[in-house]
Amino acid sequence: MNKSAFQLVMPLIAIGLCCGADWPQFRGPLTNNVATSDTPPTLVDQESIAWTADLEGRGASGPIIVGDKVFLTSTTGFKQDQLHVLCFDAKTGKQLWDRQFWATGRTQCHNKMCVATPTPASDGKRVFATFSSNDVVCLDLDGNLLWIRGLSHDFPNASNSLGMASSPIVVGETLIVPVENDDDSFTTGLDVKTGISRWKIKRPRVANWTSPAILKASDSAETLVLLQSSEGVDAIYPETGDTAWSYEQGAGRIPSTTVGDNTLYIPSNGLTALVPGSSSEPPKVLWQEQKLSPATASPLVYEKKVFTVNRAGVLTSANPEDGEVIWRLRLKGPFSATPIAAGKHLYLVNEKGLLQVVQVGADEGKETGEIDLKETILATPAIADNALFLRSDKHLWKISSK
Amino acid sequence: MQRSRFLFCCLCLFSVLSSVRADDVEQQIARIKQVQKEGQGNQAASQAVQSLSQADASALIPILSSFKGANPLAVNWLCGAFEAVAANAIQQGKLPEAELEKFILNKSHNPRARRLAYETLIKVDASASERIIPGMINDPSVTLRRDAVQRLIDQAKKLEKDGKKDAAKQAYEQALSGATDDDQVKAIVKPLRSLGEKIDLQKHFGFLSDWKIIGPFDNRELKGYDTAYPPEKNLDFSSALKGKEGEVNWKSVNTEDDYGIFDIAKEISPYKGAVMYCAADFYSPGEQELEIRLGTPNAWKIWVNGKLLFARNEYHRGMIMDQYSVPVTFKPGKNVILLKLCQNEQTESWAQRYQFQLRIARPSGTGVLSEKPEATTQLTP
Repeated sequence: MNKSAFQLVMPLIAIGLCCGADWPQFRGPLTNNVATSDTPPTLVDQESIAWTADLEGRGASGPIIVGDKVFLTSTTGFKQDQLHVLCFDAKTGKQLWDRQFWATGRTQCHNKMCVATPTPASDGKRVFATFSSNDVVCLDLDGNLLWIRGLSHDFPNASNSLGMASSPIVVGETLIVPVENDDDSFTTGLDVKTGISRWKIKRPRVANWTSPAILKASDSAETLVLLQSSEGVDAIYPETGDTAWSYEQGAGRIPSTTVGDNTLYIPSNGLTALVPGSSSEPPKVLWQEQKLSPATASPLVYEKKVFTVNRAGVLTSANPEDGEVIWRLRLKGPFSATPIAAGKHLYLVNEKGLLQVVQVGADEGKETGEIDLKETILATPAIADNALFLRSDKHLWKISSK
Repeated sequence: MQRSRFLFCCLCLFSVLSSVRADDVEQQIARIKQVQKEGQGNQAASQAVQSLSQADASALIPILSSFKGANPLAVNWLCGAFEAVAANAIQQGKLPEAELEKFILNKSHNPRARRLAYETLIKVDASASERIIPGMINDPSVTLRRDAVQRLIDQAKKLEKDGKKDAAKQAYEQALSGATDDDQVKAIVKPLRSLGEKIDLQKHFGFLSDWKIIGPFDNRELKGYDTAYPPEKNLDFSSALKGKEGEVNWKSVNTEDDYGIFDIAKEISPYKGAVMYCAADFYSPGEQELEIRLGTPNAWKIWVNGKLLFARNEYHRGMIMDQYSVPVTFKPGKNVILLKLCQNEQTESWAQRYQFQLRIARPSGTGVLSEKPEATTQLTP
């Protein structure tokens, strides 16, 4: 490992060590939807609700958890142009602070979406919140402003009339912010300390709602960031934005690539499994399977199986080595939120707010419990403190063991 | 004597320290206001906002006052400092409520600063809302005005329900005078029309309804967006031009749609792979900084008096009123607006819309009419 790679990987390892139980960004610590050490309850019912906090405004962003704090975003105002970053006590649900800013970019969204759709991210010391207006806010964990950027203010044609949804991720000292749309389309890497761009790369000019994923092919390999678009997937170096390799056979623009057991699962030609080579060598296609085509939710790899959810709400479990379907389970959909996993169970919340827990078996999937939260939920939940955290526009819930 | 001298010295020292603190607040604010695009000034602003966030409640009004003249990025930085100081002041029971209320009521202050002050004040004094909001019906703050309009809509609904039609009508009319958000306007216009009132929504919003239009020019394979056809070089309404399908001439069109929508696909032809140019005049009594507010599902470019203001290469991602707001400085007298509207060749049913709506408004959203009555039909009484 060269010096720059070492410098890049060490902060990742450090974050992993100090925040092992945290859920610091969209799809969790490794952007693969899996909790590393926590086990939320598997037999859930209404009694499992540890607390409920009231929320104001709109929000389809997921909660993140750092230490004993839950962070999430929302917007208020007729035009959703008042941007909020909120902090709650994870133990009690008490709101600790609310910081408000104004959108400096466009706030138009499709009715189903909202301005607070991207999930925030944290490096354990700072919280980074992005919005559909392409405003990026960085606060410390106590709510003190560290810096703010207005990326649509800087680049006025960087917007999408249906709304922006990609969530940022932090790798080392870089916050990766996708601003991919039909016109001025780019992704930028911001210095976590100052918000100043380390790099900015042009991206395909097509609206894109996918989120980046982290790829670390081996202990000795450099960490890469996967940027998905309608053209395929580009693996980039997070410090420079330089491209390591590209997969150019097209991909979806809503569900995002997931990395599991050193294989990439891309929503492309149904679902495509890729095995990465070295950092600069393009990966090889392992298999492609139309039957595993995901709808809105991203694929998931867990317990040596790959999972997707289709438009009909059918959860499909397949062999990650050849894409062969192992079992199917019809759930109550539709799903916008990506399934998450812990303790040999999957947690899926549908758009109507029904949380369904599925035990992952070798030959079948079995539902072990459900809670009807009775509110529209589009956000992917988080796992921390042996509990689940879910949000609608109106409420934030903690679901834990009795 | 010695004691009084000592007290006097202490007083002087205290006042010096206080003035240093005040100077420091002003210095930090000045550093924050220097932030510019692409993160320029971020490092200095970051240090300043962290220092300012530690200030006591006396910094609140100076921070709010400094919103005036700050760019939108600096406003957000100042907002971060204000909220940190305000949170501490609330916790310590030291929020300067009377000063905040006075600040809110002064309409010369920045509208966003006033809104922030209002939202902070009602955290500790919910009754302030009843004192402040009724007077905000024509306020420059969009959000304070919206609350005042909503209050009147609620009153009018109740009066209507109680059978007090005249009083209800009066309340609805008053609400309409301040309403700029479409949802509120709809909530007012429907009952007003059912009460027999005639409402000119085009006039209310400031939509331009009379246009000259020419086309189609070629946009097959999207090549027309960057092709400067003759209207971009010389706007001559009398000469025929070579179009995509033969000779084309300028023709006058108008729309009676409440929201000023002119539907090219319906009123002219459902062209595909086409460029149309649309021109309209706007007469201004003096130099004015306003906004052109456009809605369209098609790609577009817009010029005012021959100068390109903005261009947007996006197709079929929806159309709503005020989808785009483009700042513009109108010169006194006649101003010529030229809109280039591009349709692509997508065949899906949802990709067939070829239309636009355009209005002139203040940053607050209030519609502004062309001053010369004959310029637009919306001015017809």
